[in-house]
Parts: sequence; C-alpha cells; structure tokens
Amino acid sequence: MDATPRFFRHGPGLLARLVFFVMLSLVLMALDTRFRYLPEIRQVIAMAVYPLQKLAYLPSVLYSRLDSGVFVSQSLIDEVAALKQQHLADRGNLQRLQALEAENIRLRKLLDATKQLENKFVLSEILSVPPDPFSRKAILDKGSQHDIQPGQVVVDDAGVVGQITRVYPLLSEMTLITDKDHSVPVQSLRNGLRSVVSGTGASGVLEMRYLATNADIQRGDVLVTSGIDGVYPPGLPVAQVSEIRSNVTNAFARIACVPAAGVDRNKQVLILSLLPPAPEIPVEPAVPAKVSPAEKKRGRSGVH
Amino acid sequence: MASINPVRQEILLSPKDWFVFLSLAAALLLNLMLSQEDGEVWVWLRPDCVALVLLYWCLNQSQRVGMSMAFFMGLLMDIGNASLLGQHALAYSVMAFVALLVYRRLCLFSAWQQIPHAGLLLFLAQLITLLTALLAGNPFPGWAFFSASVTGALLWPLLSILLTIPQRQRPDPDAL
Repeated sequence: MDATPRFFRHGPGLLARLVFFVMLSLVLMALDTRFRYLPEIRQVIAMAVYPLQKLAYLPSVLYSRLDSGVFVSQSLIDEVAALKQQHLADRGNLQRLQALEAENIRLRKLLDATKQLENKFVLSEILSVPPDPFSRKAILDKGSQHDIQPGQVVVDDAGVVGQITRVYPLLSEMTLITDKDHSVPVQSLRNGLRSVVSGTGASGVLEMRYLATNADIQRGDVLVTSGIDGVYPPGLPVAQVSEIRSNVTNAFARIACVPAAGVDRNKQVLILSLLPPAPEIPVEPAVPAKVSPAEKKRGRSGVH
Repeated sequence: MASINPVRQEILLSPKDWFVFLSLAAALLLNLMLSQEDGEVWVWLRPDCVALVLLYWCLNQSQRVGMSMAFFMGLLMDIGNASLLGQHALAYSVMAFVALLVYRRLCLFSAWQQIPHAGLLLFLAQLITLLTALLAGNPFPGWAFFSASVTGALLWPLLSILLTIPQRQRPDPDAL
C-alpha cells in the first residue's frame, strides 16, 4: 500500500470526463423520453431532493395558510356568505342529482346496460409549478403513500386540470392539459362531435388538431371529455372554443380553445380515482384479451 | 507576481467542505422556491442560482468541485424541476468543463471583470438546455429565455463577495 499521498492527483483527463458525462446524460435523456425505464433511479434521486422541496414549498404553503387562517377580513366574511349561498344551491341540485342517479341505475338495470361507477377522489394541493419553459407540470402534495397512481385524472371545480404522470412516495407530478405532449379526447356539447384537444405548451391555450375546415364547430362551443379513452370519465368540461381560423392552403382549421378549469390559478384540486380497465377489443377474435397488457396500455394512453 | 495579480493579494483560506455543500443546497433551494405562479416576467428574469454557485466553485475551487458535482446537481435540478432527466445535468457538466478550461485565466480578473465571462458561461448552459428541449420537440420559448443569464451575470460580483467572506482570514487579535 502506498502510504505517501501523491502530490498531484491525476484523474481522467478533462476531455475524457466531458465525454463521459455528456454520454451519460444523453443516455439518461434517451431512456427517459423513449423507454421510460427510469422510475427507480428517479425515485432514489427524488428522495434526496424531497427535504429541499419540502423546505422550498414551505413559504407558499405557510402564506396560503396565513392568508386564510390569520387575517380574518371583510373579504373572508363575504366569501363565507357567498359560499353558503352556493352550498344551498348545490344542495338543491345534488338532491335532484341523487334522484336522477337512482332513476338512471333503475333504467340501466332494465336495459341490462353496464353500471356506471361512482367517482372517488382525493383532495390535493398544488405545491408548485416549476418554472420550466418547456413543460407544463405541477407538483401535488399527495403521492404513492396516499394511493395515488400514474394516470389518475385531476380536476378542479370547473373542469379537467391534468393527469398524474409520475408518482413519488410523498409527492406526485401532474402534467397540465396545456402541456404540449398532452391530449384529451373530447366531445362537443352542442352536437356531439368527437375530437381531441391538445395542449400547445403556452399557458391558457389549447388547440383542436386535424379537424377539417368544414367540421361543424363554432366559437363558444363547450368541449367535454368523451370518455372513449377509458382514462377520463365522460362529461367533464375541458375547454371552450375561442377562435377558429381556416386557411385555404391548409386542409385543417386552426381551432384555439380556452381551458375550462383554472389550470394556472387554482391551488386546491381533486384527484379522481382510476376507472376500471376497459374491456379490450381483441385483435384476433380467437385469442382472448389479456389483462396485464391492457392495464399497462391504459396507464399511458392519456399522454402521448 | 504581485504586479501581475493585483486582485488576489490576500491569501484566502480553503473553504470547508460543509460550506461548499451548504451553498449548493441553498442554491438548489432558491431554484425550487420559484413557482410559475409568481408571474411571467419574474420567471424569465430569475437567474439559475445552482449554475451560478457551481460556476463560482468551479472557477475558485476547481480541484474540489468539478464536472461530477455539476452533473449530480443537474440531476437533482431535473427531478425538482420535473423536467427531462439529464437535461440540466448535460448543461451543467458542459458549463463546468468550459469553466475548468479557463479558470486559470479568470482567476487573474476581479469579480467585476469576470461578469462577461460568467454571463457567457451561463448563456452556454442555457443554450444547451434550449437545444435539448428543441431536439425533444418543444417550441422555441422566445429570446426572453436568455435574459436569465444576463441577470445571473449581473449578480456575479455579489455572489463572489458573499461566498468569499467565510474564506477570509480573520485578523489575528494578538498580532503586533
């Protein structure tokens, strides 16, 4: 054993180290985008960052608590009064809804149709929206410890906000519907026209792609989830058409929409539970559908 | 030698390991603290604190903080920022590489004279982040994206002074 420490430490050369780290990060990026093999590595690094994240989000959490808990002001009293009125109105509606639901179940039984599932949900809070110009994501304060799974839909009081895409033990990442890689299958409330609404990467702007210029769509049309994807429950408001531009040179109209939910405003959101796996249509009629690939596919089908 | 290097006349103490780690952790904390809800302008102007602190240590303690530390901090940043894993890691390690190439020359300059160099290095890191994002299919976010390296460069002297304070030798009270 060499007892004397060497005066000059010679590690690998500068260029060799550069090549090593560049290759390593390129491999990581490729694995992360193309194969999604990295949940374990991500989990480990996430545990190292978690205390810092907790500390970093503390001021905003404290501020919102102080704002609502300490400073009892006139605006708060007004808000409570408004909420009470809203509550009364909602109670009335809810009673009607319960009657309708009972009637619906009875009718469905008569028709022998599939039962609709009631939605369970978890209340959650948006801790932070990382200032990354390239992705629209938010970090929620519930994780796999609270039985959150990737693929769950996140809504607020007005409509769809996004979808859980990554889950850590105590936090989870939600991809907002305005993210450019996110699409929601929708249906127009006016005429039932089915289409897909995709994010653009800009806040507060969605677009409907690949709709022919002569498609029956108008400004102000409300778009709700169609539910055919088996991920989003049907009937949740997603967006409203705000602008239609048709260009002669283009086969498709450019249709811009405004999200219905307060995608960038709300702090409190609801995480809906996963829908039961949809029965997969077998590719070959002779082979029965397997459960596990169907489940795998379903978890990702919301994000392309 | 003193005439060539008028800036570093005082001999600085070697910073403690815990101080280096603490400064990096504090920088990461500052980066995580900012949320997009704080407003568009503030998001664009915010300097990348982790890149700044990494740059300082790469230029001043290059035998201790180098590319591996930059890569590791980049990974932490990627997770905290919910971005593509490896994006910041790549940007920071290339930035650290260039910093290690030029640190001997930059040591001759005062903190004020280092501003353009720091700005250029921060710009390089941002450029790499942008390139990887563009390759992944993201739209160009606009030139305002690069304003972060300008504010970062302007904060450079302040950061240099702050991080140098604990390395200063205390005047010996028993000295004659």
